[in-house]
Amino acid sequence: MKREIPILIVGITGVILFLQYFIPTDWSMQLLGTSQDWVIVIGILALPLGIWSLVKANIMKLQVKGERFYAAVLLTGFLVMLIFGLPHRSSLEQGSTFMTLFNTILIPIQATIFSLLAFFVASAAYRAFRARSVLATILLLTAFLVMFRWLPLGFISTADNAIVAWILSVPNMAANRAIGMGIGLGGAAMAIKIILGIERTYMGHD
Amino acid sequence: MTFLEKLMQVDRRWIYLAIGVAVIIPAIKSFNVPVSPSPEVKKVYDFVENIKPGEYLFVAMDYDPTSLAELNPMAEAILKHAFIRNEKVVIVTLAQFGPGMVEAITSRLATEFNKVRGVDYAFLGYRPYPAITILAMGVDFRSPFPVDYYGTPLDSLPVMRGIKNFYNVKGVIDLTSGNTADMWLTDGNGRYGFPLAIGITGVMAANYYQYLQSGQLFGIIPGIKGAAEYESLIKRPGEGMTQAAYQVVAHTVIILFIILSNVAYFATRKGRAKSGGAR
Repeated sequence: MKREIPILIVGITGVILFLQYFIPTDWSMQLLGTSQDWVIVIGILALPLGIWSLVKANIMKLQVKGERFYAAVLLTGFLVMLIFGLPHRSSLEQGSTFMTLFNTILIPIQATIFSLLAFFVASAAYRAFRARSVLATILLLTAFLVMFRWLPLGFISTADNAIVAWILSVPNMAANRAIGMGIGLGGAAMAIKIILGIERTYMGHD
Repeated sequence: MTFLEKLMQVDRRWIYLAIGVAVIIPAIKSFNVPVSPSPEVKKVYDFVENIKPGEYLFVAMDYDPTSLAELNPMAEAILKHAFIRNEKVVIVTLAQFGPGMVEAITSRLATEFNKVRGVDYAFLGYRPYPAITILAMGVDFRSPFPVDYYGTPLDSLPVMRGIKNFYNVKGVIDLTSGNTADMWLTDGNGRYGFPLAIGITGVMAANYYQYLQSGQLFGIIPGIKGAAEYESLIKRPGEGMTQAAYQVVAHTVIILFIILSNVAYFATRKGRAKSGGAR
């Protein structure tokens, strides 16, 4: 029963929501709304578990020399944002301590980390874009053409508009659609297997 | 080891240094780059331009600080355009770090264009589970967002009166740096059929051009270049134009490095072949 009941719930829910998609009536939309609320409620139940796991792991790391500093930074950041974020809704408005911390610490940190990508891309391009073979040469030329198209360089970037439009809308689209169709069919097959109870790994092991 | 052979194995730190120095140049001496709007950006501009005053535009700002450099200029340009034309704007964010940034942009632009929160525009806030939120908004905005970002019930906002779901807006523009674009395509445009355009980071652009041809998207604003193009169309140069100069310099350095790398590769190929070295 420990396995049969969850399989039954998943199967019935899956079939109902599959049929719901094709029945555009008020009660069907209400059903969709209710089931979406259920997903959110179930997801929220996982949140305390995640917080507990994160805090516990980092409290343990406080005992380990070498990891102590990073764990302390994480726990301090977590507690500070929690304290200033919880009290009242005005904490979400500009000028509040929470928003000041968000604007002056989190935004610069995240933006800086993503900006580092420019340096890695430059280094990787220097080593990877070499015309070592016919395929590598095609890749190199394509990258060059597309890169010029994305640069705001006036007539230079508009000169190869037609070629880049063809690259994007023919070979690029063909490859992307093939990948997309593959993912879509794979997803549909997996969904059918889960609904029919053939795929059970999502339940974990006893 | 000759100079060209040394070039083949140049320390990556020199490349980092070159890029670092290059991006400082526009900061010291600013300059404008020539921008000519591409058809995909012009379509987004035309769409917003053709919305009548008082009609609704829905803008989803689904990005976090990692991509604000590329997507903030787009968001600002689109919101400025809509505010200039006195269109009503409904804004949400489906990115967990998005609310703070969105609030900052919308409140600043609202002050600049004398727009009143709740009357001329609404910021509904953030909800987790993007696909579910999009599906739910297709039924009723009040389902996932009973109150706006500031805690005001949606029914109390004049801007939200008489507007229930996506069928009441002229179109949706999603500004995103992640896979929420896919969700807007499948769960939004696919399910509810509203006109959809996206603003995305430069690296994502190639993945989404296929949806232009299929008609699922009516326009794309790709990266900083797209933002600069939109700014040129609304004739209000901003961050997009400024950052385009940085992008030109950095990309030019990368292109020069690639050329240099290939010159060194071909010049030293003979020597490597003789010594039986790896290519």
